[in-house]
Amino acid sequence: MKVLVAVKRVIDYNVKVRVKPDNSGVDLANVKMAMNPFCEIAVEEAVRLKEKGVATEIVVVSIGPKACQEQIRTALALGADRGIHIETDAEVQSLEAAKLLKAVVDKEEPKLVILGKQSIDTDNNQTGQMLAALAGMGQGTFASEVVVDGDKVNVTREVDGGLMTVALNLPAVVTTDLRLNEPRYASLPNIMKAKKKPLDTTTPADLGVDVAVRLTTLKVEAPATRQAGIKVADVAELVDKLKNEAKVI
Amino acid sequence: MTDTLIDRRDLDFQLYEVLNTAALTQRERFSEHSKDTFDAVIETADKMAKEKFANHNSAADKDEPKFVNGQVDMLPEVKQAFDAYAEAGFLAGRYDYELGGMQLPESVMAACNGFFTAANPGTAGYPFLTTAAANLIRVFGSEEQKSRFLPHMLSGRYSGTMALTEPHAGSSLADIRTSATPTEDGHYLIKGAKIYISGGEQSITENIVHMVLAKIKGAPAGVKGISLFIVPKFHVDENGTSGARNGVSLAGLIHKLGYRGTTSTALSFGDDAPCHGYLVGEPHQGLKYMFQMMNEARIGVGLGAAVIGYRGYMHSLAYAKDRRQGRKASEKDPESPQVPIIDHTDVRRMLLAQKAYSEGGLALCLYGARLMDDQHTHPDQQKRMEAAKLLDLLTPVIKAWPSEFGPKANDLAIQVYGGAGYTREYPVEQCWRDNRLNPIHEGTNGIQALDLLGRKIWQDQSHGLQLLMQEMQVDLQAATTARCQQWALSLSETLQQAVKVTQSLGKTLMAGNVDKALANASCYLHLFGHIIVAWMWLRQANAAAKGLGAASSDSERNFYQGKLQAAQYFFHWELPTVAQDLVLLRNEDETCLNMEVDWF
Ligand SMILES: Cc1cc2nc3c(=O)[nH]c(=O)nc-3n(C[C@H](O)[C@H](O)[C@H](O)COP(=O)(O)OP(=O)(O)OC[C@H]3O[C@@H](n4cnc5c(N)ncnc54)[C@H](O)[C@@H]3O)c2cc1C
Repeated sequence: MKVLVAVKRVIDYNVKVRVKPDNSGVDLANVKMAMNPFCEIAVEEAVRLKEKGVATEIVVVSIGPKACQEQIRTALALGADRGIHIETDAEVQSLEAAKLLKAVVDKEEPKLVILGKQSIDTDNNQTGQMLAALAGMGQGTFASEVVVDGDKVNVTREVDGGLMTVALNLPAVVTTDLRLNEPRYASLPNIMKAKKKPLDTTTPADLGVDVAVRLTTLKVEAPATRQAGIKVADVAELVDKLKNEAKVI
Repeated sequence: MTDTLIDRRDLDFQLYEVLNTAALTQRERFSEHSKDTFDAVIETADKMAKEKFANHNSAADKDEPKFVNGQVDMLPEVKQAFDAYAEAGFLAGRYDYELGGMQLPESVMAACNGFFTAANPGTAGYPFLTTAAANLIRVFGSEEQKSRFLPHMLSGRYSGTMALTEPHAGSSLADIRTSATPTEDGHYLIKGAKIYISGGEQSITENIVHMVLAKIKGAPAGVKGISLFIVPKFHVDENGTSGARNGVSLAGLIHKLGYRGTTSTALSFGDDAPCHGYLVGEPHQGLKYMFQMMNEARIGVGLGAAVIGYRGYMHSLAYAKDRRQGRKASEKDPESPQVPIIDHTDVRRMLLAQKAYSEGGLALCLYGARLMDDQHTHPDQQKRMEAAKLLDLLTPVIKAWPSEFGPKANDLAIQVYGGAGYTREYPVEQCWRDNRLNPIHEGTNGIQALDLLGRKIWQDQSHGLQLLMQEMQVDLQAATTARCQQWALSLSETLQQAVKVTQSLGKTLMAGNVDKALANASCYLHLFGHIIVAWMWLRQANAAAKGLGAASSDSERNFYQGKLQAAQYFFHWELPTVAQDLVLLRNEDETCLNMEVDWF
């Protein structure tokens, strides 16, 4: 069974993000970039499926500038077999990403597509769902457990009320939540092996997808700094403040 | 607090812009590598250090290992970190592909290990000691010993220790008493006691391989009678399966100022049960073997000191941008908002000093690691020999300079934090406590000073010193901007004075006045060390001047300006402090020499 995994290059989660002075976006100059943590979980899940003998080939795909190849190489070092880089310097939004991935799905015909539930830069939580709709596949989002069972996959989802398990016909789209697994590190020998694994480059034009943005960003602002808290004397005062000052109860 | 262990932009600069590490991939041994593989390995190190080592740095300090029912009780995170390090292949990183290694250059391994020590010096101790012990076996062990122990040490099933020190013999290893008696079965019976042995007992690995210095019965006195033995905690058969307990046991744990996560042990050999030891190499060559591996160990200590200094600098820099207190002296309006303390010039002084010490120390250690690479892999035989000589000369400085100025940086980090720095709620006091070990172990800095002035400077008709001056000349001439040229000038003037004073000390030594000539060896070490680090700053400044010219963004320009300003700090504030050393050395000052015990 072939598994396709999408990975995104984002600001490293350890970096303190700074908004550009003109509020047009966040400052990316010389900022450390890394694979989106949810995508790492997606790669890990695919590798585990391969180790269990369920998956036979893992293809990893990333969209963005040339530097994305670093993240593809990382995925290859983690255990993916082959990479596809869709090279573009343009801003890629969720719908365009989903269309590009759909084009790759048409070509590669994977049985399972695994994506992170969201990327920590834009937090949209849309691409997986859009891809499922475009490709006409079932979707199991926010997965905390993925069990392939013949031509079905059972996905346990983290939902507000607890856990929900859905059974999907393959091919299907799965998006990962935090508790699905703990990703491994790229080991030194595997980093060497990754160098020799194939990495193909293509472009949105080659795939026949128009990536012109449909949403314009008006303004990006840093969240308001948190006000210092106060201590209340007793429960009565707390209730009073919640009722009369914060007006939340 | 900050999560940054070592600034990646700085590390990239040091590795690629100053040292041109990428060029190593043209050498046969590293031909499978590219800058990308180096970066990927460094990325794994940085990530793992943050997630698996930094996570319990404070907890392992507060809850130090305990001796319970004959076992060492320690945090489970320590084993998790050790196993992750081993599984990723770092233990074998520098080894041949055939041994499961990755043939990584020392320069890259040093950079990686920097992250682990910066994150958690105590836990990083276990894998580092294992690497050091494995190296001894790899280079000097028999084929049989290699196949029995090495694979398990490189995979992390067994750990290693270095057991040199005894209660009455620390700096003076010639006086050790642990004995080895040959048996008819080929092994020796070891008897004696060792102290301060790091990692001598733990609950991480299934076996521990102690590398023990001992004297074979009837051996010549002094350093010429010391041999090296492998003493496993559990006997190991040919297949590497651990069996019954060997007669080495834990006599007690030692409680320390810092480095608490690493167990410090008193070990007894052959007390309750016979203790088998296996001779490594030839009899009586043990200390020589140890010293051959010393360069690496000492670069490791220097690097550790530099990066703990670095970590404190990162913490205090983040704090200084955040903490608001007071106003600029020129601000008269009491209603104006308080400024972040980084706006106070005195705080900037303390941050600049930390930057100069820690980045300067890191540059020195990476340079040392590069010399190791050149010594082993330079295509030109002559260059290999020169690198070895240069490294030999610089080793005392690479060990001692960062271990003096790393803790100094941590002291300043505490000061930047003010009262908070003195409390255990904030991380910098631990940095200082951990770092305070470094001037003591692997040969105290006092011993390093004697090694430098008493031996290294003169060995091989001072060929090392000549090579050093040639190397410095290259960078002095490479200074092209007005600022760099001015610094190059002050460096070369100081160097000339140092050469003069070296010659006069040489005369005193030749005349047989050894105690007099060496009386102020610590001043000499300071003088020599500061010159070397000033050179490291000139090299960085030259590279930064070049980078600044080509920089295309504000953050790039800021980075290079910061380098140049730190270089300026070193040349304006630090290099001039050698003036006092020069006076004391020139005058062969006898104040300390002539002080008598009874006058205290
Ligand atoms: C935390 C820790 C971990 C350690 N880990 C290990 C380990 O894993 N394995 C191991 O074998 N050892 C280890 N050691 C021991 C360490 O290497 C010794 O402590 C060190 O070599 C100094 O020896 P000493 O403590 O006996 O001090 P001493 O030798 O007694 O020195 C005391 C002082 O006298 C000075 N001095 C001594 N001799 C001279 C001289 N000839 N000229 C001038 N000054 C002199 C020294 O510089 C020092 O200031 C460790 C020590 C510590 C504290």
